[in-house]
Amino acid sequence: MITANAAAVSATRGGAALAKLALRRGERSLLASIGLHGALISASFVSVFPIFWVLVTSFKPDTKAISPQPKLLDESNIDNYLNVLSGAKGDFLGWFGNSVLIAGLTTALAVFVAASTGYALSRFRFPGRRSLLLGFLAIQMFPFAVLIVPLYNLLLGLGLQGRALGLVLVYCSTTVPFCTYMLKGYFDTVPTDIDEAGRMDGLSPFGVFWRLVLPLAKPGLAVTAFYAFVTAWGEVAFASAFLSAADESKTLAVGLQVFIQQNRTEWGHLSAASILVALPAVAVFYLVQRFLVGGLSAGAVKG
Amino acid sequence: MRAFLVRHWYAYAMVLPVVIVVGVLVLFPLAQGIYFTLTNINEANIANPVLDRPASYEFVGLQNYLHVLSGSESYGAFWSTLVRTLIWTFGCVFFHYVVGLGLALLINRPVRMRGLYRVLLILPWAVPPFISVFAWRYLFNSQYGILNQGLATLGLPTPVWLGQSDLALFSVMVINIWLGVPFMMVTLLGGLQSIPHELYEAAEMDGASPWQRFRNVTLPGLRSVSSTVILLGVIWTFNLFHVIYLTAGQNPHTRILVTYAFERFFSGATRDYAVASTYGVLILSLLLVFVMFYRRAMRRQGEVW
Repeated sequence: MITANAAAVSATRGGAALAKLALRRGERSLLASIGLHGALISASFVSVFPIFWVLVTSFKPDTKAISPQPKLLDESNIDNYLNVLSGAKGDFLGWFGNSVLIAGLTTALAVFVAASTGYALSRFRFPGRRSLLLGFLAIQMFPFAVLIVPLYNLLLGLGLQGRALGLVLVYCSTTVPFCTYMLKGYFDTVPTDIDEAGRMDGLSPFGVFWRLVLPLAKPGLAVTAFYAFVTAWGEVAFASAFLSAADESKTLAVGLQVFIQQNRTEWGHLSAASILVALPAVAVFYLVQRFLVGGLSAGAVKG
Repeated sequence: MRAFLVRHWYAYAMVLPVVIVVGVLVLFPLAQGIYFTLTNINEANIANPVLDRPASYEFVGLQNYLHVLSGSESYGAFWSTLVRTLIWTFGCVFFHYVVGLGLALLINRPVRMRGLYRVLLILPWAVPPFISVFAWRYLFNSQYGILNQGLATLGLPTPVWLGQSDLALFSVMVINIWLGVPFMMVTLLGGLQSIPHELYEAAEMDGASPWQRFRNVTLPGLRSVSSTVILLGVIWTFNLFHVIYLTAGQNPHTRILVTYAFERFFSGATRDYAVASTYGVLILSLLLVFVMFYRRAMRRQGEVW
């Protein structure tokens, strides 16, 4: 904690001091270089250490994970991973499957529904456009607490309470407006000349959208899909409340809590499970993050 | 009318799917949720087709609002919870922004291994948040967490970070700041890179000091990105549930408005849906008021959005 603050402070201070030197002369003194790298290294350390420590812990037996003298290696082996994957400590693969299913369905549905609307909002000037855009923005503000009871009521009525499909519907309430907004930002970056050329060649507006613009916006679709997936993947409140308490219907975000409930602090196993969840997420994240930022700011900044 | 339809029907047809989804999953529930705040709905009287039970809740007027706004402890101590929520929100967003901007400025300079630093610095954003929260709980553990073991080695006091004290609020804020800095850093970096280089050169020609260049070129250049990310940050953090819930559970010292709403909805024997909805409506109203003032303030500064 103290290190976190210290790094933050030194990072900002270092930044101001360095800006001075470098901009004046075009190159840095040795001292400035040391300061700059020092600040960046401490910040990187703070950012990486918690995850690194989980990685280290994931190889330790549970008893060593709570040892008063922590070491990097302490009877480390891969038993935790084997136990987690074999289901000896809760239905990990089942939770994983549920998470993939729920997040995947949410993503597919949201992007499918949102794409054409995002396009219409980007290209057509029709009465009601502005209020729709404002409405989608306003929905980003909704606390889940305002919708949780009526949605629970709705799921009860539909007989979907406690079921994965019900949770998908619930997630669509937030992901659909968000995806629409993001996709609008992407379609804005596709030049309108393409649409006009398509219309000249006799395509209908739907044809233009489907055959010309959509293929061009593929990176945007991918990033939007990724964002929707991640949101659903990590959601906790609705997943805790709307899935049945049975072990096999849980998602990862709910299931992993089992490891550290009262009387059961299996930090070694929790860490192994965490690494298994985090690895694919981190890999995909680094593949798409370049586009993610562009998309977010494009969607957010242009009205 | 006819001409109107002929002209716009494509647009409306394309917008329709989302309008239906939003109508069914957001607008109708919103209206119903607001109505629920005027009733005494709870687990015992909500309609439940599985149990073949019709709804039997009753209209009670503004009673829920009176209970909640009285600030009574049995209704979540609204006013002190609100103060805590504000500390949490503005504390987190302030440090997100300041640390994010500092790191963006550092990483925006030509520096060796910049790519590597960038990758390391956005790691907290890449890891699923619930995983990071577990990691931090482990670090913060008062007996065997590495933080306290480090402090003990240095001969410093080893507090109970996540116990029943205000230190727990501090700890969850640290976790959330760690989680949120990369997003700010990356968006602000994008903003920094879009500031034309000529502006800096011109400022330098005019003999502006580095601080003046930062004040008069960098900050104004970042204004539109900043106003957006700060607004988003405030809204997200105000509504942020999972960090506190997964770290501290129902610790009253980390209770903010949304976590209390969830407590009322889900926990224990209470399952008081009416009070949960009342909290939801109050949170939404607070955010709407905030956004109104924020927009007005931005507009006064010449920002058009």
